[in-house]
Amino acid sequence: MEDIVIIGNGISGVTAARHIRKLSDLSAGNTGKKITLISAETDYFFSRTAIMYVYMGHMTFEHTQPYENWFWQKNNINLKNGYVTTVDTKNKMLYLADGDTMKYDKLIIATGSKPNKFGWPGQDLKGVMGMYHKQDLENLETHAPNNKACKRAVIVGGGLIGIELAEMLNSRNIPVTFLVREDSFWNNILPEGESAMINRHIINHHIDLRLGVNLKEIKADVNGQVKSVVIQETGEEIPCDVVGLTAGVSPNIDFLKDTGINLGRGVKVNRFLETNIPDIYAIGDCAEQEEPNENRRPIEAVWYTGRMMGETIAQTICGNRIAYNPGHWFNSAKFFDIEYQTYGWVFPTPKADHAHFHWKHPDDTKCITIEYDTITNIFKGINTFGIRLRHEVFDRWLTEERSVDYVIQNLAEANFEPEFYKTYETEILEVFTTYTPDLTGF
Amino acid sequence: MESIQQNMSLTGDTSNHLNPLQKIGTAIGLFGLAILTFSLINTFNNKMLWLTIALASITTGVFIFSKGLYANQIEGIKNNGVWFKSISKRGFWAWVTGIVLTGFYIVLYFYPQYLGLGLNGTKSTGLIALFDPLSHLLSGRPASQWFVYGTLYTVAILIFGYKFLLKYRHNRYQQLRTVSVMFFQLGFAFLIPEFMARLNESPNYNLPYYDLKSIWPLNYYLFDSWSINGFLSSGTLGLSLLIFGVLSIFVISPILTYKYGKRWYCSWVCGCGALAETAGDAFRQLSSKKLSAWKIERWLIHTVLVFSVIMTTALVYTYLGSDHSKFWLTRSVFLLSVGLFLTVLFTSVMIFKRNELGKDARYGAIGYFVIIAALFIMHYTGTTDHVFLIKSSSLRAAYGLYIGSIFSGVVGTGFYPILGNRVWCRFGCPMAAILGFQQRMFSKFRITTNGGQCISCGNCSTYCEMGIDVRAYAQKGENIVRSSCVGCGICAAVCPRGVLKLENDSMEGRINTNEILLGNDVDLMNLVNRK
Repeated sequence: MEDIVIIGNGISGVTAARHIRKLSDLSAGNTGKKITLISAETDYFFSRTAIMYVYMGHMTFEHTQPYENWFWQKNNINLKNGYVTTVDTKNKMLYLADGDTMKYDKLIIATGSKPNKFGWPGQDLKGVMGMYHKQDLENLETHAPNNKACKRAVIVGGGLIGIELAEMLNSRNIPVTFLVREDSFWNNILPEGESAMINRHIINHHIDLRLGVNLKEIKADVNGQVKSVVIQETGEEIPCDVVGLTAGVSPNIDFLKDTGINLGRGVKVNRFLETNIPDIYAIGDCAEQEEPNENRRPIEAVWYTGRMMGETIAQTICGNRIAYNPGHWFNSAKFFDIEYQTYGWVFPTPKADHAHFHWKHPDDTKCITIEYDTITNIFKGINTFGIRLRHEVFDRWLTEERSVDYVIQNLAEANFEPEFYKTYETEILEVFTTYTPDLTGF
Repeated sequence: MESIQQNMSLTGDTSNHLNPLQKIGTAIGLFGLAILTFSLINTFNNKMLWLTIALASITTGVFIFSKGLYANQIEGIKNNGVWFKSISKRGFWAWVTGIVLTGFYIVLYFYPQYLGLGLNGTKSTGLIALFDPLSHLLSGRPASQWFVYGTLYTVAILIFGYKFLLKYRHNRYQQLRTVSVMFFQLGFAFLIPEFMARLNESPNYNLPYYDLKSIWPLNYYLFDSWSINGFLSSGTLGLSLLIFGVLSIFVISPILTYKYGKRWYCSWVCGCGALAETAGDAFRQLSSKKLSAWKIERWLIHTVLVFSVIMTTALVYTYLGSDHSKFWLTRSVFLLSVGLFLTVLFTSVMIFKRNELGKDARYGAIGYFVIIAALFIMHYTGTTDHVFLIKSSSLRAAYGLYIGSIFSGVVGTGFYPILGNRVWCRFGCPMAAILGFQQRMFSKFRITTNGGQCISCGNCSTYCEMGIDVRAYAQKGENIVRSSCVGCGICAAVCPRGVLKLENDSMEGRINTNEILLGNDVDLMNLVNRK
């Protein structure tokens, strides 16, 4: 019986467990695998991306659990509630906070991320929190149950979690001040036109959006509770009861220090998701690729990549060693009421020899940006806001290296909007035929 | 986990308190309901005036309430606080509403005299008398308890339809299908039958109450003897209506379901669906998504279907004569045709679609077929006059009581705030069972999953009124082809990542059981899908 132990029951760890079970059940002679998922956060797998909807009252926490509780026993996956404090890589042994130990034959580290804190004064006060773990959700419920207990919240950091936290608090009519370091929301990822559109959408939801500002310090009242924040640039002090720290996340790997496992910002892995120590692997947010795939970052803290790594590692564990080789990049998010999808690569400013074609609807809630190569005319990627597009079609077009003209002429094929929705392909095509790329940037 | 739920329900939060406009709306609406309630113990003199005030107050109340709820917000999904509000999370007000509704249905079906119905030909009083002026206006007859119910039912669909339209004003699919159910309810279920009653003032007509869009077996009284007699004694019109009734079962609905899925009926036309989608919209999240609930659903709904087939067959059999010279369709011809039809249906499904049936579905189909076949054999070998052991009138009475009244009315609607708004459609409706069977076996309809974009958040499953665990398919990149899906499109609407789309496309590749395009390169997908 081979002991497979997975630390972390998020999407990466759970996907790995499910696929290992699936494969070890299928192939004869491969039956002897004991799978254990360890987590101190929750007993059962839940969708981390969905915790915002619990606070907003769209769902209960149980709804965020994709599998019923009997699923794990039925599929012979053991769940262990515990916090791993260190790993003895020589004796293949885990040490848990409650004094327990646990033997493993193969270890998969899938511990995810933790919210960044940059040493701000007051960052550990009561009422200061990230929005990542289930405990953060409980913490927010305690400190911001309504707009009487929380007269204002300040969010620090303009990324995806920041805007989700703004939407959450907004759903309970809690006034929000949103401090964003960049001079336009998420413009380290989004091109200017899109980022500007989202700025306006945020303001339309009565969020006090402050661009180009940093947090200087968080002040406490006599009880050690948040009282206000001070802005670096202006010195302005904003009274508030809750501070959300959403300035990105980093790998949750502190417990691996001095274990001999090679660490950078995350757990260093090769393309096979193997660490420097045999039989120890790392997947998901906490893994740091030594040689990242083209255009991809060494650490990808994204739901989808976590899932792909889980599928990949399951193959390796079950005797079919393969490299992590994600297909074309894609991602999605929702900014208040505007959905966002992306396929391929669209950079905030076009890469060398690339250009952007940008179209925006007059109602200021829909737009697309296409990046393409001005020399070969090859389509490189698309960002779409407020219009749903088909993943499968773009994946195929990217593989086939279609031209930008082809993509725009065939955009209707990729439409994924609900039936009877107004379509914009003709409008987009008209704008495209009269458009000349801005090449001054090169 | 527990602490969160507790905390949320106890502290509540100001955003869930009613705003001034909602309070005004609630007050006006309750005033209208109070007039109706008061009429139970008091017969108003000026009925027209008080009925108008009551219905106008209820309507205005809901309009103002909806304005207060949605009008000042940016277009988008409006589910904030659904699981905090007492009425929509099975809290105190949900139970109060459930008990009142259930009580209303019990009185309506079993004790209509308490609504003021005059027994043994005496004039009605109370609530029913209050509706006399409107009934006279439409059909020229005094109101019955069914007219009162029909009016309130239609008003509910229209006013809560307005609320739904406001809630989903950004979504044209939702807008169109809601206008559609409002239209069919007002025109086909309410006005046309009332106008048809006018025809009966002439001795040439004796039309039964007939809602053209209500198809057998949902309309289980279509083949009652009084109904058939009525059609047959109403000239060409009566005969045409009867033929239309039969055509809608065997021709119209299979074609439409093949092309568009069962949604053409269940969430665009049907009156039960109409009430569920409008007045019941606030309760859609209450349906159980457990695997065990799905198992109960499959057994229960198909049992009701078998019951309705046996009951109707017995009914028509008893109605028909045995003399071949009087009418071509005799008892034995009819019984043989039914037997032949069911045998052909059963064999062709077993031959061509066997692989698409789950194990329990196969056992169920065989089991039911054996039961029906046994009943036929017993009939042909036995001496009894009763086609299926029991007298057809007793079968009909049992069906009317247990299925028609208790299941579809008392439980189906009365329990909205506890079990969700589609309890009847999901667990009981034999029409939904037939359309669902067609949808699962032979339809172009499916819900397409958008590649690998699902984040397993669970909004789709939570808001599926039919209790389908949509996420279970979406997170695998699998299309959703389920017999129970009524195609309301709410899963696609609430999805925050644009993952789901209702589509009519070719039959081929409709059910993609492979894990497609979750984002990995092609080589890995080949391995993942290797069977």
